[in-house]
Amino acid sequence: MKVDTQEFAKEYTLLECIQCGRCTGGCPVSLKTSLNIRSIIYECLIEDTVDPSRLDVLWDCTNCLTCTIRCPKDIHPADVIIGLRGYIVGEGRGLPPRVRDALKSAFTRGNTLGYATEGRNGWVEGLDFEVPNVLDAGETDLLYYIGCTPAYDPRIQPVTRALATVFRRAGIDFATMGVDEQCCGNEIRRMGEADGFQGLVEGFHEMRREFKAQRMVAVSPHCFNAFKNEYGEMPFPVYHYTQMMADLLEQGRLKLPGEVRAKVTYHDPCFLGKHNGIYDEPRYILQRIPGVEFQDLDRSRERSVCCEGGGGRMWAEGTNIKDRLAHQRVRDAISMGAEVLAVACPFCLLTLEDAVKTLGLDSQLRVMDIMELVQKAM
Amino acid sequence: MSERVKITIDGKEAWVEPETTILEAARTLGIDVPTLCHNPALEPYGACRMCTVEIVGKGWSQLVTSCNYPIRREMEVLTASDRVVRGRRMLVELLLARCPDAPLFQEMAARYGVGRPRFETQQADLCYLCGLCVRVCHERVGAKAISFVGRGVEREVATPFFKISEACIACGACEFICPTGAIKVSDITDKPIRPLPLEFDMGLRGRGNIYIPFPQAVPNVPVIDRAHCLYFQAGTCRTCEEFCPPHAIDYSQEDEFLDVDVGAVVVATGFDPFDARDKPEFGYGRYRTVISGLEFERLASASGPTQGKIKIDGKVPQDIVFVHCVGSRDKQQGGEYCSRICCMYTAKQAHLAHDKIPGSNITVFYMDVRAFGKGFEEFYDRVRAEGITYRRGNPSEIYRRGDRLVVRAEDTLLGRTVEVEADLVVLATGVQPRADAAEVASMLSLERGEDGFFQELHPELRPVDTKRRGIFLAGTVQSPKDIPDTVAQAKAAAAGVIVELSKLRRKAE
Repeated sequence: MKVDTQEFAKEYTLLECIQCGRCTGGCPVSLKTSLNIRSIIYECLIEDTVDPSRLDVLWDCTNCLTCTIRCPKDIHPADVIIGLRGYIVGEGRGLPPRVRDALKSAFTRGNTLGYATEGRNGWVEGLDFEVPNVLDAGETDLLYYIGCTPAYDPRIQPVTRALATVFRRAGIDFATMGVDEQCCGNEIRRMGEADGFQGLVEGFHEMRREFKAQRMVAVSPHCFNAFKNEYGEMPFPVYHYTQMMADLLEQGRLKLPGEVRAKVTYHDPCFLGKHNGIYDEPRYILQRIPGVEFQDLDRSRERSVCCEGGGGRMWAEGTNIKDRLAHQRVRDAISMGAEVLAVACPFCLLTLEDAVKTLGLDSQLRVMDIMELVQKAM
Repeated sequence: MSERVKITIDGKEAWVEPETTILEAARTLGIDVPTLCHNPALEPYGACRMCTVEIVGKGWSQLVTSCNYPIRREMEVLTASDRVVRGRRMLVELLLARCPDAPLFQEMAARYGVGRPRFETQQADLCYLCGLCVRVCHERVGAKAISFVGRGVEREVATPFFKISEACIACGACEFICPTGAIKVSDITDKPIRPLPLEFDMGLRGRGNIYIPFPQAVPNVPVIDRAHCLYFQAGTCRTCEEFCPPHAIDYSQEDEFLDVDVGAVVVATGFDPFDARDKPEFGYGRYRTVISGLEFERLASASGPTQGKIKIDGKVPQDIVFVHCVGSRDKQQGGEYCSRICCMYTAKQAHLAHDKIPGSNITVFYMDVRAFGKGFEEFYDRVRAEGITYRRGNPSEIYRRGDRLVVRAEDTLLGRTVEVEADLVVLATGVQPRADAAEVASMLSLERGEDGFFQELHPELRPVDTKRRGIFLAGTVQSPKDIPDTVAQAKAAAAGVIVELSKLRRKAE
């Protein structure tokens, strides 16, 4: 497998790179694996061709975007990884089996997790009200986009239900696309499947011509990011749920009469923070929950450390499965005396909770989605 | 003018205005009388008795407090007679018994040869009821937030009903004037205390409401910070006026706008330093031990807040990291251009740190070292020869581990990411156009380049001229530059001015 570096370097504006090392220096996985995006870029500048299939480390990248926001020359090293993965996906050789399965499932079943298409509405079980389907209703104020993990994963489903409950209580007219909802493709794209992603984009745009909506909200920052930044022109504004919750709280449409007595800290999801600059809304919500004693982690906001759940890493294990960044994150939270590590992303919830369990620290720290805390106080 | 009165103090004669106090007269004669409750800005009080002197008549003598005893007739005064000194020693002994922890009285006891007090000592009391705080609050500030309450041994300084004061304006005069540190503003009010940082020292120390901005200020005179001055804000205080011997304080002075006809103008408005808060990954403004290059400059300066000792919160750092290119060569924050001064000022600062902190461990992270001026490369060689480590790679972030900082970077020559622990990180903050550059440019109808600096007429051939004849540029207003380049450009601008003026004169003749 050969990549013509001259073309590649031009496409990704690599010729401007001054090899300062800020990308690799900030890369959270560079401390645990030999992934060095700076030297990969250098190879693309110096060699005539590179062979991505021999670069196992390409699958270490979480697409957290630290490299890109630190780059003084405005090069996008995270996109370079996606570009190189694209060659591997194109030829199929060297593709990690679980990545292959996720990509296949996304196109055959509409979800990355290998579940049956018809089960996409399973999350509604336990709700004491009907969730309307926008394709039946033809019109809604708020299109509620669920996403694969929030729809199928039993650990995330309560978060998805909590959000629906808040919309209902606040009197918001909302609807979902039911079992016709397709994977957003954010992770697909980042695993290098550009064409397949384009197919999902076109599929969505075709479907949304059949109904009207004023706005759209997503549970996962990953889906939110795809629709907001990578779906071309959208007919309505796209929000992450933390933005809507913050608004509802501010307008007094969401009341929190209950109390959650706990020392809470917050882990910034990369696709909410670094990708989209949403840092204040989640903190605003947490600080409005009665009883919550909020304190930030030392490494927070722009300096937050990735949980290793992004960029396809929920499927690709990477070259070092022993050391996990989520472990350090959990230890940091405990050492500052936090009892709850709040997140606003399904992947962060899964990876961090996994870390708590692996480390046997269940009795000291709970990982909870912000929506779970909100529901407790409702 | 009333008749002057003759007074003899310790054998020295003086003619003074009647009603002058003995203390004032003694001080005009250069005789030192110790005081504790006296302050020239406040009414004489006579509470502490430290200023007691002996008035000697024919066959009689009397002990009086000199701070509030006015001279009415010719009198002879002794300030250090046996009686006076005996009394003072007793006073010091009593004060030390009351406030054994006050350094002020410990020093006085040493000076007057007083050992352990014979009286029962009190614990943890620093207040000796001199009333300076109460009086300054009433007489100068006018807030009247505190006063004496209780009688006899119960007497103390307090707010009405011992409650948090509404009347207090959190000016801090009481805390400032207290000789023993007995009173704290935060005990009186819960209003926020707003420290006034000295701008020239990058806020590393405070200043008063009247101050000389920096030692080389032109003109080198004090200015009043009207936004905080009690007189301008509330019509009270006027203490500075009291202290100024030549009576130079004039509260009625106003800013004046002058119209001046000139034949040429030199624009030399300088630059603003890059605000490292705009690069949040370095934790500047969040960690006290991450400082800017300009702050290091003040720490290393003999006239700076630490008299040139490099320390923060009293601690001398052992491991120091310098970070190049903060806000320079950066498309995302700061300028795309090279600031041209940081490589060499960092080399100088690394050298200073090495010099001032023996045994310190100094690392400089760089992208490229641009040592292009005369003698610069030689200096860069010398600094490395001193044992300062230069590592290639620009750090990506700084975070905390325990009470130390961690600088995270890739050493690009090793091709390896590193975490370097440090006690102090100095960010080589770059040069930016001044915040008001657009305003000044439009006032003078001058153009600015894409980078925001003022545009010269031709980058090679007319580097100090502008598109407006008679207006010249000098220094960093035109682009980042170091001192030698600035001086050279300033001389070129001066030459341009001379040419312009001589043309005008010839035309006039």
